[in-house]
Amino acid sequence: MTATTLDTPRQQDDGTAELPIVPHRRPWRLVAGLAALVLVAQFLHGLAVNPGWDWPTFRAFVFSDSILRAVGVTLQLTAWGTVLGFALGAVVAALRLSGSPILRTIAWTYVWAFRSIPLIVQLVFWFNLAYLYKRIGIGIPFGPSFVSFGTMDLLGALGAAVLGLALHQAAYAAEIIRGGVLAVDAGQLEAAAALGIPRFRQAWRIVLPQAMRGILPNAANEVISLFKGTSIVYVMAIGELFYQAQVIYGRTGRVVPLLMVATAWYVLLTTALSLVQYRVERYFARGSERTPPPTPWQRLRAAVTEIQEKRA
Amino acid sequence: MSSGTAMVEVRGVHKRFGRLEVLRGIDLDVRPGTVTVVLGPSGSGKSTLLRAINHLEKLDRGHVRVDGELIGYRKAGDRLRELPEREVLKQRTRLGFVFQNFNLFPHLTVLENLVEAPVGALGVPREQARARARELLARVGLADKADAYPRRLSGGQQQRVAIARALALEPKVLLFDEPTSALDPELVGEVLDVIKDLARTGTTMIVVTHEIGFAREVADTVVFMDGGVVVEQGPPAQVLDAPQHERTRAFLAKVL
Repeated sequence: MTATTLDTPRQQDDGTAELPIVPHRRPWRLVAGLAALVLVAQFLHGLAVNPGWDWPTFRAFVFSDSILRAVGVTLQLTAWGTVLGFALGAVVAALRLSGSPILRTIAWTYVWAFRSIPLIVQLVFWFNLAYLYKRIGIGIPFGPSFVSFGTMDLLGALGAAVLGLALHQAAYAAEIIRGGVLAVDAGQLEAAAALGIPRFRQAWRIVLPQAMRGILPNAANEVISLFKGTSIVYVMAIGELFYQAQVIYGRTGRVVPLLMVATAWYVLLTTALSLVQYRVERYFARGSERTPPPTPWQRLRAAVTEIQEKRA
Repeated sequence: MSSGTAMVEVRGVHKRFGRLEVLRGIDLDVRPGTVTVVLGPSGSGKSTLLRAINHLEKLDRGHVRVDGELIGYRKAGDRLRELPEREVLKQRTRLGFVFQNFNLFPHLTVLENLVEAPVGALGVPREQARARARELLARVGLADKADAYPRRLSGGQQQRVAIARALALEPKVLLFDEPTSALDPELVGEVLDVIKDLARTGTTMIVVTHEIGFAREVADTVVFMDGGVVVEQGPPAQVLDAPQHERTRAFLAKVL
């Protein structure tokens, strides 16, 4: 090698380059982790051995007929609240995005009103609808009606609960849907219009699928909070999960294990909803720049194939 | 005033945005099978003119005819009445529009992007539309990208897909709004090549662009706009090499 300035570092070469590299140690991180594990272990131990939890009672009731029926009612309320709430919410969102100032104002007022009234107050209102309107009919506005029904017959307790939940949900759903639609690039609508695609198809095929990416995380939040929020209809003495748990512990005096029964069901079903959300979000992410990471299941399968390939 | 020979006829078109008058009386004739290149400084109203031709912008005064048919309006006695949106959408299927930012539908594959309008707007059977879409993709050199999503493509490839998408409706006229302005310099050529190829096959086109070389090579007519009016128009040899107006000369001196 010729003697140039490039050679000068060689003189300082004392073998440092060959030394093994050791990462910085963080002993306190280990201490904190162990301390947290001790706390978790204590909690789990308590769950297992504290007789107050009364696991035999939990086991006796968790799959009992009355509880399973109550879970069914809770799911029914959630399903109706979601379907009707989001359907009405989509209409309200469309009105708020429309060109008509009258429709926009009505939609805004709807959202304002139903976000302002506490759900529990609203539910009790609907429950007492018959006090305001004894009969409900279809006919000419301000004129005679052709058919009419007794309010109590038309709207039982469950109907009143569904109505209240759906109307409440629609106000929030409308804002979530509107937010999603606004987030779609204006150029998309312009391109669809320039291609002569009919108006409804523009919304359904071009705008909504793209808006779904923004709508879904918030919508899933809403569905899950509605699912747990159905427990509020216990004020109307409807046999949903929380009400049923109360009825049973009112009879047996076993408060804690029955609250755990309700909790277990809420946690289980919320987990299921979260999994559905995960799947649906991945579907609507197709074509996007940020692809979602592989699912835990996909990761597991990939790891298994990798191991198999290494063996082969 | 209708000459009867023009594919696109623009007469006395005015357009204002609030207090700003963007178009101040535009007259333009585009003969069938010719390429018209519109040049001009930014803010001269060239994009607005293009958007007015397919009624993406409403007019304040004047009219646009394509193949003899009034666009966006119908004559009702002594006034022009705006058509319902459904009718305007139908008219737009006869006008292809290519955007500066491509505006491909990101959630649809390249093939689905090309199939969407023929199926959704014209009611072409899906299989037939797909076959036609594959032909068009081959024509713009992207046959192998049919199942890719647009965001996986380069800017130049996306714009070529956008051109194929506009062609899928078999329009009478193609309108290009600065089709290469959003592209990296090395990708401009592949898009211009596709447009040149269309010019050779006799597609009627109006191209708003800043590519003077392209105008010189491809245009039958060059239109120079400034301040919302057509300053001068004519064959490229005349407008680009021997401009009559001081404003044209000043613009060309800056961009060449």
